[in-house]
Amino acid sequence: MIELLGWVPLIPFLGFLALVLIGGQLSRPLIAWVGVGSVGISALLVSLIGFEFLNGMMQPYQLLLGSWMTIDDMSVPLGFYLDALSMTMLFVVTGVGLLIHVYSAGFMESDPGYARFFAYMNLFVSAMLVLVLADNLVLLYLGWEGVGLGSYLLIGFWYEDPNNGYAARKAFVMTRIGDTSMAIGLFLLFTQLHTFDIQSMMLRAASQWPIGTLLPVVSAALLLGGAAGKSAQLPLQTWLPDAMAGPTPVSALIHAATMVTAGVYLIARTHGLFLLAPTVQFAVAVIGAVTLLIAGCSALAQTDIKRILAYSTISQIGYMFLALGVGAWSAAIFHLLTHAFFKALLFLAAGAVIFCFHHEHNIFKMGGLRKAMPLTFWSFMIGSAALSALPFTSGFYSKHEILLAAFEASPVLWAAGCLGALITGIYSFRLVFVVFFGAQSRDVDKGIGWRMSAPLLLLGILALFGGLLQIPLGSVFPELVNSNPDHTVNLVSAITLATPILGLLIAVLFYLTGTFSAQRLANNGWARPIWQFFLSGWGMDVLYDSLLVHPFKTISKLNKNDVVDGLYIAIAWLSRKFHHMVIMSQTGLVRWYASSMALGVVILIAIGWLS
Amino acid sequence: MNGIPMELGLLLSAVLFVLGLIGVMVRRNLIMILMSLEVMLNATGLAFIVAGSRWGQADGQIMFLLILTLAAAEVGVGLGLALQIFHRFHTLDADSVNEMQG
Repeated sequence: MIELLGWVPLIPFLGFLALVLIGGQLSRPLIAWVGVGSVGISALLVSLIGFEFLNGMMQPYQLLLGSWMTIDDMSVPLGFYLDALSMTMLFVVTGVGLLIHVYSAGFMESDPGYARFFAYMNLFVSAMLVLVLADNLVLLYLGWEGVGLGSYLLIGFWYEDPNNGYAARKAFVMTRIGDTSMAIGLFLLFTQLHTFDIQSMMLRAASQWPIGTLLPVVSAALLLGGAAGKSAQLPLQTWLPDAMAGPTPVSALIHAATMVTAGVYLIARTHGLFLLAPTVQFAVAVIGAVTLLIAGCSALAQTDIKRILAYSTISQIGYMFLALGVGAWSAAIFHLLTHAFFKALLFLAAGAVIFCFHHEHNIFKMGGLRKAMPLTFWSFMIGSAALSALPFTSGFYSKHEILLAAFEASPVLWAAGCLGALITGIYSFRLVFVVFFGAQSRDVDKGIGWRMSAPLLLLGILALFGGLLQIPLGSVFPELVNSNPDHTVNLVSAITLATPILGLLIAVLFYLTGTFSAQRLANNGWARPIWQFFLSGWGMDVLYDSLLVHPFKTISKLNKNDVVDGLYIAIAWLSRKFHHMVIMSQTGLVRWYASSMALGVVILIAIGWLS
Repeated sequence: MNGIPMELGLLLSAVLFVLGLIGVMVRRNLIMILMSLEVMLNATGLAFIVAGSRWGQADGQIMFLLILTLAAAEVGVGLGLALQIFHRFHTLDADSVNEMQG
């Protein structure tokens, strides 16, 4: 069964081709069957392969499908590599992907671009599978760019609105900055290590490069740039909130569960390199910690339901980066897994709310939906509980592991993580209380069909109990060194446990019982600017606008008439002038010609004489 | 033959050449220009003769024969052109036939 690994990315790609080529002629149910079915077959294959893989003692399996390109001594094989890490990612991508596809079949029912939507989704899934399966960095980069393309196409899916096109371009350009850095890192690694194969690359790096020298630091930093771009980490995080312009299932699949975690996957995949560059690894942790705080604060102030979730995604990926940075590789991947469950659940539930409210995004125009949409309400409750890591939900296990590992590395990082957990508790339950409690503002006139409720149910179960899954990543990552197992850990554990609950209580006081009024706080003289600051995502967009966009526009405006061409135009103008001057000497008077010839001869003779 | 020093012969030839050149430059009538050209050609011919007689070689006279032939051909073409110009423009003034200018 494991030999069929190559079919896993191929089938969604075939689905994409079918939908692109003849999607226009197919009936709607058939489109859904092709679009969902291709991912379904993939998921089925993955579960069969996974069964065999787990039975086979998780021996890494390499599948060589052929050669992609061979130039001189550089050869890029078309090969897949399956180990516990890629297996986990396969389960996430196909499993969560399938549920979201089923959901989309209901959500996009009345959209005119039904076939186009599923074509893009299949393309994305196929590229994502190539990304996680690739055994060499070039193939990984192909998948990396493929998911970028899928993301771009789907953010701008409703392209009639220019704002959506703008958001799509913004996402594309921002991630491109990171991708360029990653490509340079890839070239550097190849020129130094003469291989693209990830496993042998890590081995060679470990044997050739001493720890902390320049080459591993530079190449790890360049890869980190790529990861930060894709995973919306500081300083390239501004694209993700705008990426919410796409349809909600897209946000669930691409901008929460799978693509944005590709950066985490990349760093985990090349962890051997990061271990050689401790400074960069520490930078990963710091980036994660700062990002999770910044994004958490921004989520506090948002009013758009999807933007809250977007900022919380940035914040949760910050936790994963924090885990990677402190060497808790398994915890990072574990959080990736549980995050995929509960964030997909939250997005799909938000999608259900938006669906029933006819594309209303403002949470303060909703309210009291608890009775009208019980399934969605409970999904949201479970998702928010897992997101804020309340005990015994899936998010609790992974986040707890991360925070304990962070404490081992540095209490400051742990404190940042705990503060982040507090903020997470506040904003996730703020969302729940505002949307689902209080007076019902509007009647819900349409229900969600089984295609939308079944994925919610399944993801709800996964988000609740996903923490009990044991992912055997010990075969991939080095053991986490537990340096000081002293008694303070108990206290640390207790604090880590308590912060989300404290956050929940604060949210209750502000948004449920109304003991304190957030409105009054926001209108307060000193709090108002802070609120605005958080709302604008810490002014990052404004900063980049004035730092990069405006100077660029000014330069373009200056260069509107092609300044560089001026030189060449001047040369042409000058030679034309000379030409006119020479023309004036052609008078048509024969006697003049004779005279000037004589004069010339006299001058030449004089020169010859004198010299 | 040895009575006349070479310098005088060359001087005469130079004077004739300059006179011819001045004629070409100041005269406007095409016929007169052609005649001045003849004077210049003959001045060079004279220089060859003088030089040939100085070293007692026949080369100078051979060169003069060549120049005579050249002059005959030049006059043939030149007069033909002058005739054509007179036919077209009804004048022999070289300055008024200045249509070929930049």
